[in-house]
Amino acid sequence: MPSYVDPEKCDGCKGGDKTACMYICPNDLMVLNVEEMKAYNQEPDACWECYSCVKICPQGAIMVRGYNDFVPMGGQVHPMRSSDSIMWTVKFRNGNMKRFKFPVRTTAEGAANAYLDLTCANLDDELLSTEKELPNPTKLA
Amino acid sequence: MALPNKPLGELAAVVDPEIVEHDVDVLIVGGGMAACGTAFEIKKWCPADMKITLVDKASMERSGAVAQGLSAINTYIGENPIENYVKMVRNDLMGVVREDLIYDLGRHVDDSVHLFEEWGLPVWKKDADGENLDGSKPAKTLPEGGQPVRTGKWQIMINGESYKCIVAEPAKTALGEENCLERVFIVKLLLDKNKANTIAGAVGFSTRENKVHIFKCKTMMVACGGAVNIFRPRSTGEGKGRAWYPVWNAGSTYTMCAQVGATLTMMENRFTPARFKDGYGPVGAWFLLFKAKVQNGLGEFYANTDAVKDELGKFMPYGASAVTPTCLRNHLMINELKEGRGPIYMATDVALNAFLDDRRAAGKDEKDVKKFWKHLESEAWEDFLDMSVGQAGLWAGMNIEPEKVGSEIMPTEPYMLGSHSGCCGIWVSGPDEDWVPTVDGTRSHQYKWGYNRMTTVDGLFTAGDGVGASGHKFSSGSHAEGRICAKMMVKYCRDNADFTPELSQTAQELADEIYAPVKLYHEHVGASTDQDVNPNYCKPAGLMMRLMKATDEYGGGVATYYMTSGKLLNICLDLLRMLREDAEKMAAGDLHELMRAWENYHRIWTVESHIRHIEFRQESRYPGFYYRSDFPTVDDENWKAFVNSTFDPATKEWKCEKVPCINIIETDPWI
Repeated sequence: MPSYVDPEKCDGCKGGDKTACMYICPNDLMVLNVEEMKAYNQEPDACWECYSCVKICPQGAIMVRGYNDFVPMGGQVHPMRSSDSIMWTVKFRNGNMKRFKFPVRTTAEGAANAYLDLTCANLDDELLSTEKELPNPTKLA
Repeated sequence: MALPNKPLGELAAVVDPEIVEHDVDVLIVGGGMAACGTAFEIKKWCPADMKITLVDKASMERSGAVAQGLSAINTYIGENPIENYVKMVRNDLMGVVREDLIYDLGRHVDDSVHLFEEWGLPVWKKDADGENLDGSKPAKTLPEGGQPVRTGKWQIMINGESYKCIVAEPAKTALGEENCLERVFIVKLLLDKNKANTIAGAVGFSTRENKVHIFKCKTMMVACGGAVNIFRPRSTGEGKGRAWYPVWNAGSTYTMCAQVGATLTMMENRFTPARFKDGYGPVGAWFLLFKAKVQNGLGEFYANTDAVKDELGKFMPYGASAVTPTCLRNHLMINELKEGRGPIYMATDVALNAFLDDRRAAGKDEKDVKKFWKHLESEAWEDFLDMSVGQAGLWAGMNIEPEKVGSEIMPTEPYMLGSHSGCCGIWVSGPDEDWVPTVDGTRSHQYKWGYNRMTTVDGLFTAGDGVGASGHKFSSGSHAEGRICAKMMVKYCRDNADFTPELSQTAQELADEIYAPVKLYHEHVGASTDQDVNPNYCKPAGLMMRLMKATDEYGGGVATYYMTSGKLLNICLDLLRMLREDAEKMAAGDLHELMRAWENYHRIWTVESHIRHIEFRQESRYPGFYYRSDFPTVDDENWKAFVNSTFDPATKEWKCEKVPCINIIETDPWI
């Protein structure tokens, strides 16, 4: 189900040094054509259809069209992701629609504790930094 | 015709890239769950002046196998004895596993899960009435005694769309954003010039600008996932991208480590998951959470018939467990298909309606049943939308509503990995504990050599899909394993404080090697009116198809229902030898294509080790994943042993050897 870009909506992220979709694609598929200032998916048959580009696009310009070798036309799955939830719209080939909303995060973006002040000393045992104790196996062969 | 020929991509590659040299203490290669574990953990242990750099082919926020999200954490020990986790993994992987690594993983994994929850990952909980609450509802945390929604014994449900973003954030913060180099693809590891069998650096290139990056380091962790697009997939058009495992995993972990002499283990293991056909949506929640069953084309629920029990009886003790090993479940399904009793359906309609009938039988009115259905339907769709949106798209395109009609499932093409329900990978040291066996001989026979998760090469560590003979770690276990490496790398640096890495090749020699496909392209692109059809070079896309055709037809792919033989395997090895030679003739006109060229190079080596291992192991250890027609049974008497292989970087020779498999956890009872 490769992603594709709506040329009416894509603004090439206004010519910034990197476009959002190009920044995020795990498979290096999204690229910017600088003459047209539009992004496109340069290798649709390598698209995992992970929706990372769809979710991040600030213009809502990226959508997904089902893989042409097994998905009948007319369906569409599209997300709207905020910092704490995601809303999915599923449109069926026959026109039926379903909407689902799920939480994605319970803390504010940037709030995850990296334990920057935690320092540990004993390199010669197997305990990790936030662990207090470790068991050893009892039911031995 | 668009003459003159020009590169396909937007970022043209030049023949003389800029060279950037880095001197670091610790290099982390990869940015997935394991690497994020290392990045989070390492600064807690190291001296303030230690220089650590993480290099990711993509962006950490959405890189690795968890990029899209997940709907469950498949390894959370919780209330279970860790010994039982070892027994489950041992049985699922047909007995040949490193129990020390599995136990060790089991005793660390929950700490990572607790961190994820603290960082903001929504974990489903049970309320006082036993109903499911999504992860945003107020509830006790796991360490406070909150009850997760268990599906099987080991899995817990999450709202995991942003799982990777949540885990990457503190990893980046801990390491410092300036120490995370994204869009740089490390393609080759480098040994020390003076000290034998010791890692000293790595080289790679930027996929954004014409730059070759050369690193010198004292120690290194390599975790770049498993291998995908190595066998011809069932969908060979656009749908080739809808691989079950992340399509960007190219076997880089195994190839790069093997090339510097790291011993590999159980590379014969592969995973051919049975998934929803074409969309490759997950089946775990359908089996475990929704209690769905599979039906053959005759409408029979074949899984509990006497015939099936007899078949499982051929694979004792493995076939006797309450949860049949994954490969044997495939084996049963393949038997149905071969006998013409396909297609196989997941009876989603039967399962979902059973919940509603239960509700009605319990005296609930239709309003309650309707409300319950909304929740159940949402759970069913979330399973796909969290981690395999393409499957939801396929259902939408096919007008499939799971409560009305079942969906076809099918065993996929083979994949190689070490963290999911597979166990190929690299042979590593276990923890330095008394209960880990002491074995004489070379490291390729030993279970521990001082640094937990260090490969047989000094200073080189791996985690996640990289560690072999220790499957069922999944996302959480991979993170925990990355953390183990972090501490051990600091210990290694402390113990080898006088070591100064030195490379044997010059920076220019390395850059020339990395950019060889670009030079070849520019030298010959004018020899034809089509830049992809040229007598002097081949293109990565074509070479990948050639690899997948060879493995599919001779290496036991879907074309033969996973059947191969010694004869076929040796033909496959001949084809791979020529493929490896021709890989030197891959050409790349742009940076994206250069990435594809190196990925394919990695794929070929990984596949070659896979085929060598299957050829060496004269039995069929994983019926349902692959079969050898010349040795069709599981032969515990002769082959309940590891196959380890080592490539000697000096002589360029491979050596396969049989290594005894030692049980650490009691074998009676087996489960």
